[in-house]
Amino acid sequence: MAFIEALTCRECARTYPAEALHVCDYCFGPLEVAYDYEAIAAQTTRETIAAGPRSIWRYANLLPATNDGAVDLGAGFTPLLRADRLAAELGLGELWVKNDTLNPTGSFKDRVVSVALARARELGFKVAACASTGNLANSVAAHAARAGMKHYVFIPANLERGKVLMSAVYGHNLIAVEGSYDDVNRLCAELASEHPSWAFVNVNLRTYYAEGSKTLAFETAEQLGWEAPDHVVVPVGSGSQLTKIAKGFRELAKVGLIEEHDVRVSGAQALGCSPIAQAFADGSDYVRPVKPDTIAKSIAIGNPADGIYALDEVRNTGGAFAAVTEGEIVEGIRLLARTEGIFTETAGGTTIATLARLAAEGVVRSDERVVAYVTGHGLKTIEAIGDLGPTATIAPTLEAFEEAVDLEGEG
Amino acid sequence: MAKVRIPTQLRELSGGQSEVSVDGGTVAEVLDALEGAHPGFRGRLFDDAGKLRRFVNVFVADEDVRFLDGLDTKVTDGQTVSIVPAVAGG
Repeated sequence: MAFIEALTCRECARTYPAEALHVCDYCFGPLEVAYDYEAIAAQTTRETIAAGPRSIWRYANLLPATNDGAVDLGAGFTPLLRADRLAAELGLGELWVKNDTLNPTGSFKDRVVSVALARARELGFKVAACASTGNLANSVAAHAARAGMKHYVFIPANLERGKVLMSAVYGHNLIAVEGSYDDVNRLCAELASEHPSWAFVNVNLRTYYAEGSKTLAFETAEQLGWEAPDHVVVPVGSGSQLTKIAKGFRELAKVGLIEEHDVRVSGAQALGCSPIAQAFADGSDYVRPVKPDTIAKSIAIGNPADGIYALDEVRNTGGAFAAVTEGEIVEGIRLLARTEGIFTETAGGTTIATLARLAAEGVVRSDERVVAYVTGHGLKTIEAIGDLGPTATIAPTLEAFEEAVDLEGEG
Repeated sequence: MAKVRIPTQLRELSGGQSEVSVDGGTVAEVLDALEGAHPGFRGRLFDDAGKLRRFVNVFVADEDVRFLDGLDTKVTDGQTVSIVPAVAGG
């Protein structure tokens, strides 16, 4: 908080006070937090960070809010795991998986919500709200409950059962909207105008909210011994997470916490909702909205708010996009589970499938240090992976077990 | 005449009107005529290079002109040209 200078329009550079604003009045471009990096650099070292909490709040100096504790469920500082078995399957070398399924509500959204609601409380908001594809709904409802804030959480009516339940359990109000996420989002833009006293984390608080995703880069660098990786693969819905991860690595260099290092950034989309991947493939400067139709519902955003920025970031860093099929997504989920013991939801399956595709194409290379971001837990989307079940169902006898299971060669 | 739908955020320029009728056979001509009738629109809709701003969408008959012929997109008599700021979120 102490280090925010202003909000700045990403398009026309007009500046605004650090209030609950997200769009430039003049040109409608998104606002971005501007920091006093010299002051941050002067007061932030690897040691001060190491002495901080084991959560996103160890990087508070680079975030646009102060942790007041009330909305802290312990988001962040999730494991970065070396993934040698997965790397061997894909013909890669040094591969790491950022296991962000291990957040309080099972996805990376806890990072952005913790930041957004901390800022919302500083600005005096008493009500939390959001437009969500599911994971955000889970997180806003949980953090609002923790802080004793009333909440209004809006989701598309066709979400997975697990995500609906994981939002409803924290109490009122979960509102299912007949339509796609883009319909929910439009409704919430209107509601945010009607109810300016509500903190819609990804509408009027979006400028602050989005900054929370930078912690995915901060942690990765710290966990690699204060080095940036060569190539990251990130799931893409709105495009916000991807652009903020890239920004996070650049900021660390800017304040002297890591050496300057070019990080290639690649994006993962599901073929059934791949407007940014399509623009990348077409060489287009515009992202044409689509109607989503995919099992990867958490990234099913047909009209992505940060689409052009994600496109720019991937192009400028020499990365690539892939748009993977539903079959590849399910195989991605099973491959990660089988090789590394991590169970992810469909967005994570999309990331692993994209990693596999880009590795096969030679875009992600075996001489690179690669990090794949796995950002949501598999229990959230159990419908997606089909009819998995026991290897055998047997009577409780040794005989039945030996008959059912082939132990040959396994001693 | 074409009808131009004005978003809430720009109605200060159109004297509060949500719809303005102007002449023009293309999107460029229609928006020029809008600037003539209600000065101030050009700076809000176009960047310094004269390109439509990236977070401003213009639709002709519900189709984004970026995926038609851009500012050269034809506008026929009685058609509606909508100015729609992009919606953030997600």
